[in-house]
Amino acid sequence: METVRTQRKPLSKEVVVPTLPLYRSPPSLEVRLEDFELFAIDRLRVLKGISDGLSRGKKHEEMEQLEKDLWNKNMRHPQASEIANKDIISHFVLRLVYCRTEELRKWFLSMETALFRYRFRQESAEAQRALMAEFDLPYKAVGSAEFESLRDKLGQVSRSIGQPLPTADAIFYKVPFEEVPELVAGRRVFLHKGHAYIASNQVVSLVGTQFRSHLSKALILTNRKWTSTVREQEKDRLTPIVEALCTSYLGPDYSQPKGFAEISVKDINELARSSFPLCMRHLFEKLKEDHHLKHGGRMQLGLFLKGVGLKLDDALMFWKAEFSQKVSAERFDKEYAYGIRHNYGREGKRTDYTPYSCQKIILSTPGVGDHHGCPYRHFSDENLRAALSKMGVNSRAVEDVMDKVRNRHYQLACTLTFEAVHASSCDSGINHPNQYFSDSQKLLQPKSTQF
Amino acid sequence: MKKEENGNGRDEMVIDGSEEREGNAVPEGLNVNYLKLYYGKLFPHADIHKWMSYGNDGKHPGCDQSYFGRREFSFTLDNDIYLRFQSFNSASELENSIKEKCPFKIDIGPVYSVDPSKRHAYAQTGDNVFTPVERELIFDIDMTDYDDVRYCCAGADVCLDCWPLMTIAIKVIDTALRDDFGFNHILWVYSGRRGVHCWVCDGKARRLTNEQRAAIADYFHVYKGNENSQKKVSLTGAALHPFLARSYTEVLRNFFETKLLSSQNLFSTEERYEKILDMIPDESLTSELRGKWQDNKRSTSSKKDIDSIRWEQLKTMLQSGKQKVQGLRRCVEEIVFSFTYPRLDMEVSKHMNHLLKAPFCVHPKTGRICVPIDPNECEEFNPTTVPTLATLLEELNMGGVRQEVNDELDRTSLGESIRFFRSSFLQPLLKSCKEEIESSYNTKLQRSKNSLTW
Ligand code: SF4
Ligand SMILES: [Zn+2]
Repeated sequence: METVRTQRKPLSKEVVVPTLPLYRSPPSLEVRLEDFELFAIDRLRVLKGISDGLSRGKKHEEMEQLEKDLWNKNMRHPQASEIANKDIISHFVLRLVYCRTEELRKWFLSMETALFRYRFRQESAEAQRALMAEFDLPYKAVGSAEFESLRDKLGQVSRSIGQPLPTADAIFYKVPFEEVPELVAGRRVFLHKGHAYIASNQVVSLVGTQFRSHLSKALILTNRKWTSTVREQEKDRLTPIVEALCTSYLGPDYSQPKGFAEISVKDINELARSSFPLCMRHLFEKLKEDHHLKHGGRMQLGLFLKGVGLKLDDALMFWKAEFSQKVSAERFDKEYAYGIRHNYGREGKRTDYTPYSCQKIILSTPGVGDHHGCPYRHFSDENLRAALSKMGVNSRAVEDVMDKVRNRHYQLACTLTFEAVHASSCDSGINHPNQYFSDSQKLLQPKSTQF
Repeated sequence: MKKEENGNGRDEMVIDGSEEREGNAVPEGLNVNYLKLYYGKLFPHADIHKWMSYGNDGKHPGCDQSYFGRREFSFTLDNDIYLRFQSFNSASELENSIKEKCPFKIDIGPVYSVDPSKRHAYAQTGDNVFTPVERELIFDIDMTDYDDVRYCCAGADVCLDCWPLMTIAIKVIDTALRDDFGFNHILWVYSGRRGVHCWVCDGKARRLTNEQRAAIADYFHVYKGNENSQKKVSLTGAALHPFLARSYTEVLRNFFETKLLSSQNLFSTEERYEKILDMIPDESLTSELRGKWQDNKRSTSSKKDIDSIRWEQLKTMLQSGKQKVQGLRRCVEEIVFSFTYPRLDMEVSKHMNHLLKAPFCVHPKTGRICVPIDPNECEEFNPTTVPTLATLLEELNMGGVRQEVNDELDRTSLGESIRFFRSSFLQPLLKSCKEEIESSYNTKLQRSKNSLTW
């Protein structure tokens, strides 16, 4: 990109090396399998943190601080020389993890772009220019004559957004408006005949768009490679790690009930009413109504109940009591009991199945006849409204919830529901149905019985 | 409006909201036999096909022959039957289907990656094979959204006193689409009852992503309020953005002061002027004005100019040297914006997969034809004299002997609309489409020569 409108100081001899990579080519170095996973998890913590911050509606400065903290906390490495490698390796591993569905790609794109923009803003002016050059953008700085003719308008825009007036040697770039949607949306640029005139401190929008579109294309390619070759080739090595990473939930482990007494079958009704999040209430009610749930629903509710503290024997009793109204006891033992034991790690692979996190539930794709999934994500507006008011959420709060839903902040919608139902705030936000449950119980149980 | 799903719930896409709110019940006035005649003799099937082909129906090797066939049409039939994902491979297929099914309403959707009628064949393959790839940038402006600023009618009704609100919308949006965004091929259409639709058809408009569409819609959006907040428009900052400033000085202020102020009697009753005083965040000022206006009953000024007198008083008060506070000076503009600035149905513009009623449809309730509006002459447009199905058929009958279709068109008052559609919209559009096809074909050739370096 040329920036030659005004005389500028001669470029210093030092070459500026930005610390921010554009991730154009995958790391060529050998990666140890542990690093592969650990680096990816660290980066995932950063991206998840950003995602939480955004969905909680944090302001620009708060996000900046959050991004800084997350990056410093997770992306350091004992060896300074390894920091850059860790950055690149973790990015490429997560590409594999998040390339595989449209929804995953979308999430990854947004979070990586947010991170990139934050890091771009931290770079020095020279480093920023170097990065722009690397993108090879064809846009030129606006020439003096054009600048003079537009100076009034540019000044008007600056004043309308509370920025200082452009000085005589200010650099503006003229780019297609399509490249800077967020500046257009906020009326933060002057538009003329399809061109947006962006000030040098707005370049981050332009570069962010570029970064995003490169990454978006790269993810599609990665996905093709993944499905055509990598998955098969790596099926004993990387594939299991990649597949686990995508649903990995980085909060506390809810696979074992903690802090609360075990619950028994007779308490479930009461607990469902008081402390189940909407997704689980819904499954529970449907189970009571239909005396049946399809596989996805049995998994989602079953593992949740395990996390809540329902022991295996009780679980078997509970499910049998419901199902036996539709199917014979023998058929239950033959077809369904296995799955329940399996959830508790008593059959098949002896792994202990972990209750699903919100993220996993939100990303699930319930089909016809399925009742699992997250109601905030999967219900129609009318059904969701009805369900909320049945939970006792007042109409003001319902509107707030619906507002979050419209913006696709499902967990935040759930958090607001929690707050409305419990008349108490939930600062950590809802990330896991079992967390919803335990937070609710903490509020509802008298102090004395708390552990 | 139905909830829009991304991902697999594509079948639940949303149709043009305004009509849906009313349902599609068969109106008494709409006679199926009349409609058949209309589709048989007057509806410009061929022009719609030409338009929707965007030059791809030509002989040029750069033409995409599948283009028109990937466009979704949807028909609303008698008895509320709603057919989504209709697609046609030629002008005659389209024409025959319309004549045969005789839809009460035709909606136009996006161009998909594959023929929408065969979408199920692709549904199994997973990765979003069936997805919208092109769509005009569209706007839907509906008078019902202005109910709090018009006193002449409400809901579905419009009259010549409130129609200027639509004229303003056309002027403001049209100018910005051309001057700010650089679009050239823009079609404005009367929605048949109480609003207008806009189709921006330039190649670069059709290829906008949802994010870019949303950005444009937001650029036009100044309303932040809801029923619970008094001020619906809030203009902050030390200056107005050039787009807003231009809209204000060139359109809004003028329409407000010369038309709406008096046609809507914005200051004539206490209830009405209180609504305006509510927008001024200064107690002492508002009570001073209120004082003047309450004693005004015995004043000599005629009822007729009471609105402009009060408006002038308010302006002088707010803009007088004493009022140094920036916020108060901005108040005058905020009031004008509140009563005039276009109100868009944002959702329609933001997503590629919204359907919008085709031009030249017959509005099922009013029987009026959805005719194009010339943005340069939009002040002359009169919704109450737009041809209706009944008047057109009368005009046809008066002609007597059978003649060529084109002549029949000319004999009716629809002829003028269709001529305008062709000469001012379709021809320039197709010319630039052909140029675009030619030049993108050439670059493709060029690129295939260098393909190894890619
Ligand atoms: S946000 Fe989580 S806890 Fe709440 S309903 Fe959805 S999946 Fe369940
Ligand atoms: Zn009216």
